[in-house]
Amino acid sequence: MGEEKLWLDMYISMVRIRKFEEKVVELFAQGKIPGFVHSYIGEEAVAVGACSALEPTDYITSTHRGHGHLIAKGGDLKYMMAELYGKKTGYCKGKGGSMHIADVDLGILGANGIVGAGLPIATGAALSSYLQRNGRVALCFFSDGASNRGTFHESLNMASIWKLPVVFLCENNMYGISMPQRKGMAVEDIADRAAAYGIPGVVVDGNDVIAVYEAVKEAVTRARAGGGPTLIEAKTARWRGHFEGDPQIYRTPEEIEDWKKKCPIMRFQEKLIKMGILDEAKIREIESMIAREVEEAVRFAEESPYPEPEEALEDVYA
Amino acid sequence: MREITYAEAIREALREEMKRDERVYIIGEDVGRFGGCFGVTKGLWEEFGDDRVKDTPISETAIIGSSVGAAATGMRPVAEIMFCDFMGVAMDEITNQAAKMRYMFGGKVKLPMVIRTPVGGGLCAAAQHSQSLEAWFTHLPGLKVVMPSTPYDAKGLLKASIRDDNPVIFLEHKMLYGVKGTVPEEEYVIPLGVADVKREGRDVTIIATSLMVYKSLEAAKLLEKEGISVEVVDPRTLYPLDEEKIINSVKKTHRAIVVHEAVERNGFGGEIVAIIMEKAFEYLDAPVKRVCGKNTPIPFSPPLERFVIPQVEDIVNAVKSLL
Repeated sequence: MGEEKLWLDMYISMVRIRKFEEKVVELFAQGKIPGFVHSYIGEEAVAVGACSALEPTDYITSTHRGHGHLIAKGGDLKYMMAELYGKKTGYCKGKGGSMHIADVDLGILGANGIVGAGLPIATGAALSSYLQRNGRVALCFFSDGASNRGTFHESLNMASIWKLPVVFLCENNMYGISMPQRKGMAVEDIADRAAAYGIPGVVVDGNDVIAVYEAVKEAVTRARAGGGPTLIEAKTARWRGHFEGDPQIYRTPEEIEDWKKKCPIMRFQEKLIKMGILDEAKIREIESMIAREVEEAVRFAEESPYPEPEEALEDVYA
Repeated sequence: MREITYAEAIREALREEMKRDERVYIIGEDVGRFGGCFGVTKGLWEEFGDDRVKDTPISETAIIGSSVGAAATGMRPVAEIMFCDFMGVAMDEITNQAAKMRYMFGGKVKLPMVIRTPVGGGLCAAAQHSQSLEAWFTHLPGLKVVMPSTPYDAKGLLKASIRDDNPVIFLEHKMLYGVKGTVPEEEYVIPLGVADVKREGRDVTIIATSLMVYKSLEAAKLLEKEGISVEVVDPRTLYPLDEEKIINSVKKTHRAIVVHEAVERNGFGGEIVAIIMEKAFEYLDAPVKRVCGKNTPIPFSPPLERFVIPQVEDIVNAVKSLL
């Protein structure tokens, strides 16, 4: 794949995440989506930069804020939206919802409602790849908050001693709900913690999709070659609350506005225009294409049936 | 037929399944050259090497969490947690990941993994190394829970557990590791969910698990001398539970006692009693009794430990009180 095509695909993927999430926020406010919704708006460069550096057979583990990761790894908007609605046609037949969407065939080992739970699971997927000698890499998305959990320590330690093919990608959006990173840890860069495991630690601008891509690509190459794990910290911000409805008393509107000025999509768009890969017409074409995809996903979700209540009893055991 | 110990039987099951299926691997603390804290995996590291017998740092969370990730991606891990008491360290991985992943994903993943761990008192190992926590796990839909008493059952059930496509909690009693029993040379598998009547009788049914099966059989022998005929039913697996065999026995004897080492309060015995009440109430000639661990942590000092764990005489007295 030529770089131009790759950059364009990455741009499209970022727009797809943004538009999907904007629609989800709107539908949630209308009461059409039950449960909790954690919006990924503002962090698109991390998911897309990272997943673009993976092969389709590679694995990811995701988080409660997982829609972006799933879309970037190839998740189908229709099945995602249907799952958010709790419909039978959703990825998990309505049993998982936003926080548990998975598609093992796409290498998506699940969003996860427990902060930091993906770390040992990704480590296990990497152990599995190593034992099967199948060359697959596991990439673990987790957050600044999760990096304070014991799972972080045990997983990075285990992966480093066994040189497992795993990339630990910390999306540092600077808050664990209301807890600012600076109050939750005494280090400024989470990547510094890599030193404790004898592995490379890299800080990257999480709003620069190419920077994320290049850092992850290097880590993936090292992992696949048997060089072991890397800890990458992508500094970014969520534009919306921790969950939809979060009053956000812990940060100022100015702080959010400052981050909006660093919009990862606008930055990438400007870059691609300068490179001659995008122009106004192409941008409009992409936006209307994505708008159609999202509308189609909503239509699919709304027209799909709910599961029969008794289906709650299925799928407990294999 | 040859006799081997419970630990040897478990080791044979591990060896046979590892030879049969290269996706099966062992992971745990000191399971390699050291052979496991109770010696169960002795010799397997020499036979299968580093990749198949993975010695880990002290990281219960990563042992179980990585097993979830490996099982979801085509492997069949058999994790060892050194003492059942340490399962708490990995309880999110057990409760929220292993038990629920298949369900949350709408049935689109299989998690063929086994967690082996020793339960029970008797070694003066005190409160953090002696518990029987099976009720933690039977309370979680998505898990299967196996609790074998004899070497024969341990081997056949572990083989079935390793071949099962669900997470299985396999609870071994540490006082049983050295107990011998007949185990055939030829291969066999015992399906999960089939109870075993360890002794037939007419007057009272004892439903006992793990080490308490032996104590109940001893009690039955003593009572036989007094003309009391006791039937001992070992469920062997707590989920799936062979309700039919328990109920049929109670219908025959009209009296039932549940015996387990775990503390009585909210123990699995309460579940068995409830099933009997729901399905065989009209057959009962006396209230169902429980003989269980006292509602305390397990104390250290020998007379204290002995006091809180059910003993043969407690079972004998309970049987007599029903007649």
